[in-house]
Amino acid sequence: MASPSEADVNVSHVEKKKKRPVRYWQGTEGKAKDDSKTEGQPEQQKRQQNRIKKKRKRDEQPDGGKKVISRRPVRYWQGTEGKTKDDNKTEGQPEQQKRQQNRIKKKRKRDEQPDGGKKVISGKSDPFPGPPPIPKGKLEKFKRKGKIQKPLQHHYKLKDIITRSEEASEMAQKQAARFDLLLPEDAGFLEGDEDEDTCMISQEDIADAVDITSGAKHFNLKLCQFGPYRLDYSRTGRHLLLGGRRGHVACVDWQSKQLMCELNVMESVNDVKWLHTEHMFAVAQKKWLHIYDSNGIELHCIRKFNDVLRMQFLPYHFLLATASATGFLQYLDVSIGKEVAAICTKTGRLDVMCQNPHNAVIHLGHPNGTVTLWSPNQKEALVKMLCHQGGVRSVTVDKTGTYMITSGMDKKMKVFDIRAFKPLRSYFLPTGASCLSLSQRGLLSAATGDIVQVYRDVWSTPVTKPYMAHRVRGSVWGLGFCPFEDVLGVGHGEGFTSMLVPGAGEPNFDGLDANPYRSAKQRQEWEVKALLEKIQPELITLDPSELGYVDRANFEQRHQDRVEALGFDPLGKEKFVPKHKKKGRSSAAGIERRKRQVAHEDQRDVIRKTVEDRMKLEEERNRMKEKKAALSGKRSALDRFKK
Amino acid sequence: MKVKVLSRNPDDYVRETKHDIQRVPRNYDPSLHPFEVSREYTRALNATKLERVFAKPFLASLDGHRDGVNCLAKHPRSLSTLLSGSCDGEVKVWNLTKHECVRTLQAHEGFVRGMVVRHCGTSFFTIGDDKTIKHWKMEAPGYGEEEEPLNTILGKAVFTGLDHHQKNAVFATCGHQVDIWDEQRSTPIRSFTWGVDSFSSVRFNPVETELLGSCASDRSIVLYDMRESTPLKKVIMTMRTNTISWNPMEAYYFTCANEDYNLYTYDMRHLENPVKVHIDHVSAVLDVDYSPTGREFVSASFDKTIRIFPKDSANSREVYHTKRMQHVICVKWSADNKYVLSGSDEMNIRLWKANAAEKLGVLSPREKQAIHYSQKLKEKFQHHPQIKRIARHRHLPKVIYHQKNELKVMKEARRRKERNVRKHSKPGSVPVVSEKEKHVVSVVK
Repeated sequence: MASPSEADVNVSHVEKKKKRPVRYWQGTEGKAKDDSKTEGQPEQQKRQQNRIKKKRKRDEQPDGGKKVISRRPVRYWQGTEGKTKDDNKTEGQPEQQKRQQNRIKKKRKRDEQPDGGKKVISGKSDPFPGPPPIPKGKLEKFKRKGKIQKPLQHHYKLKDIITRSEEASEMAQKQAARFDLLLPEDAGFLEGDEDEDTCMISQEDIADAVDITSGAKHFNLKLCQFGPYRLDYSRTGRHLLLGGRRGHVACVDWQSKQLMCELNVMESVNDVKWLHTEHMFAVAQKKWLHIYDSNGIELHCIRKFNDVLRMQFLPYHFLLATASATGFLQYLDVSIGKEVAAICTKTGRLDVMCQNPHNAVIHLGHPNGTVTLWSPNQKEALVKMLCHQGGVRSVTVDKTGTYMITSGMDKKMKVFDIRAFKPLRSYFLPTGASCLSLSQRGLLSAATGDIVQVYRDVWSTPVTKPYMAHRVRGSVWGLGFCPFEDVLGVGHGEGFTSMLVPGAGEPNFDGLDANPYRSAKQRQEWEVKALLEKIQPELITLDPSELGYVDRANFEQRHQDRVEALGFDPLGKEKFVPKHKKKGRSSAAGIERRKRQVAHEDQRDVIRKTVEDRMKLEEERNRMKEKKAALSGKRSALDRFKK
Repeated sequence: MKVKVLSRNPDDYVRETKHDIQRVPRNYDPSLHPFEVSREYTRALNATKLERVFAKPFLASLDGHRDGVNCLAKHPRSLSTLLSGSCDGEVKVWNLTKHECVRTLQAHEGFVRGMVVRHCGTSFFTIGDDKTIKHWKMEAPGYGEEEEPLNTILGKAVFTGLDHHQKNAVFATCGHQVDIWDEQRSTPIRSFTWGVDSFSSVRFNPVETELLGSCASDRSIVLYDMRESTPLKKVIMTMRTNTISWNPMEAYYFTCANEDYNLYTYDMRHLENPVKVHIDHVSAVLDVDYSPTGREFVSASFDKTIRIFPKDSANSREVYHTKRMQHVICVKWSADNKYVLSGSDEMNIRLWKANAAEKLGVLSPREKQAIHYSQKLKEKFQHHPQIKRIARHRHLPKVIYHQKNELKVMKEARRRKERNVRKHSKPGSVPVVSEKEKHVVSVVK
């Protein structure tokens, strides 16, 4: 199909009749319509068309035969969408959908009809009547659930409710999709020239090529005394927390390069994590877990949490999950300061941990190559997956909760679909990846020794070479993408490096969720709201939308209810107790035989009944078929004499 | 090399001056908003809890009567006016907005049995134990004038109920018989009797204005057509009905308050079975009144509570009680669908909110929006056990609570016995009788 702009170009100036330019959605349909016209159309429509033609001629006459080609304005959506739409059409679609589409087409046609469209006083008709169509992909993005099967006819009220709610959700979906077109920012990108690999472009080149503010986001902190460093970005991406192995803890407003606090805890530091705001952070120290505020004042020393190696903060549940060297996975509710759950995993030292941001399940990697999934509600793992031969070195999960990426001692990096728990791809990295991190838009960074590699689309297409690479000084100890920024933070033996990774961050943030530009007042309000809708830890499940489904009673439950209501079991059978016979006729064998006889008889009854039922059903079906055939067959006047 | 890195201009995201409102850029991408369902559920749970926190239905108590309040009457034209009649024959006119009595008149000797305001709102009728029907002006008499009725009719027997026609100058009374009166005449234009009985209440149908229903002491509810000389039909129940009230929107439905602790909603066209049996009271139900929307009704009971029922639900959605309120004799639902008024034995009239957690007064648009949103959420998650439990919980006085449990036990025992009888008798000989069928004895036409 030619795109509409081409169609416009192809119009020659000496054309006889002014032809209406084609909109992208008309391309094939118009033709199809024409075909159908030749086949046989309702008379009326034809007549109408003729009338329209005549009218057009009349309109044209005053120009004195001079043809003016009006070039139609092209709208932004006309360029590419037409093609994608076409692709969709070629795929096999269900019948109903097609029919519906036809109906919509008809509707549009009616709207479109040149002289049937809305008329302005000047005599012109609106070139783009009706609302602009919404790109299908965008609509799909905001789709929540499929259509519900409508209930039977007699549940008219329920049916009405369902129809209304469906309409409302459809409207919401459309509005959200429309709104999506208005988002102000676009994602970043990096494209090399011909025969230039993007992975060969150095950070300095990128920093030089971009504007000053962005260029300033690439920097090195040389902290060779207390390294190697772990790091964590706050949820809004404004603040950076650094924790050196040898006790150095610092939090920085990294965009303005302002140091908020810096302290040395005089103990080894295993991990650092921001809590829900940039005012508090947790530090896993040699022995206990400590909480500091952003001025560096120690708020709590939590002695229930010892030997913590890794931590994860679940922002919507206000839970701090910690994995310790003693094999305990503990959950701390930071809003009330209570330990929610302490699970003994019985798998030894836990130093590989990540969370699934989609369902708040904690993933732990183990030295025997398994990855286990945990929720605070269960003492056993939800899932155990054998992912690697040899130990697991790092695990990460993407934000939609679809893919898990693991790297192991076997120098492999594997991609799993964790909805189906199936491996998708496996990559071999020569030195193996020690740290993995996924960005909001799905870029994967992997640290192999002192080189940080960034990959794109690891799950959809087999990747052969990295998107970007960067060598840092000293081996990498911590990796993390900054949310809402094209920045990757690397903590290593010699300090901290902030890398520019174009296309990593989500360009448009939601102001009510995580707003990098929020004021103190806004933050306070957000905190209250967030605390009010804190999700209880009991709601952590593998499928977070489970709460929205109808909990249908199964047969057993219904039966139990029925038994309770009736007071007896209507389906229950009395157990056959053979009568005791005298004169030695009630031997054990005899009793057994009688029992078997009765059981046999019962079974025969059941079989007889099912056979009868089946026969009846078949008869009924035959009768219906005959009836239908009789109805569908044309009756002639003579049929009434038939018996 | 082509490169673009995210670089936001802070001016686009931060307000320009302190006097502007904060900018809140939105992005509705579902992947940026995880845990949708759980968060909504939490919000719904919070909304439900807050609703219970804010449920303060009691607004005011109007005191001034020197005996129990026996009847109430709404003013058809003025929302703020209420009339009440007490057991000592006194009638008071109240201004509800000011919570004060504007007029007091000694209407009868003995009880004021019934009271109704004429549809135009300029005058009202009272009946009393002194066998009289009095017609009063709504306006208070001028200075120096004596309080006198416009008209007094002396009847032959005691009147017990009174209602006025919706449009015409016709009213109906009941006592030993149901009488239809013309306002201009001193004798009834029509009298209906059906067996020897005394009637306790009579009500005109608000839509089919010529129809009226009454309840009699022989446990029957009788329907009449004013244009005919004989009653239409009656249904006899197991216990006596105290009052009936017509649904103002679907006027073929009426609800009757019964002595057997239940309320019954009937379809006028099919009296064989009630459409719904409303249980929950633990003592005789004395009065019932529909909301003007016809979706709910309020009932007053001898158990010192008033309850609000949705019209098609068997259980009440709300129960109101106070420590001081005694047997509630009469109840009315205000014409703006917002308030409920109850008159009780201990001489007080109480003003309640019809929707206990509703915020009164003018709401800002954002408040309204928030209320709508939380309402929708509550509706969405209403069947979740935790939310259901909180939304349904009502504190009951100890006596009523125990009585309720006792009744439950009794009912269960009866059910069990019946079940056992059925189990041990010939199949089909002990039929299952539904709760609806149980209470109707017969229908006579």
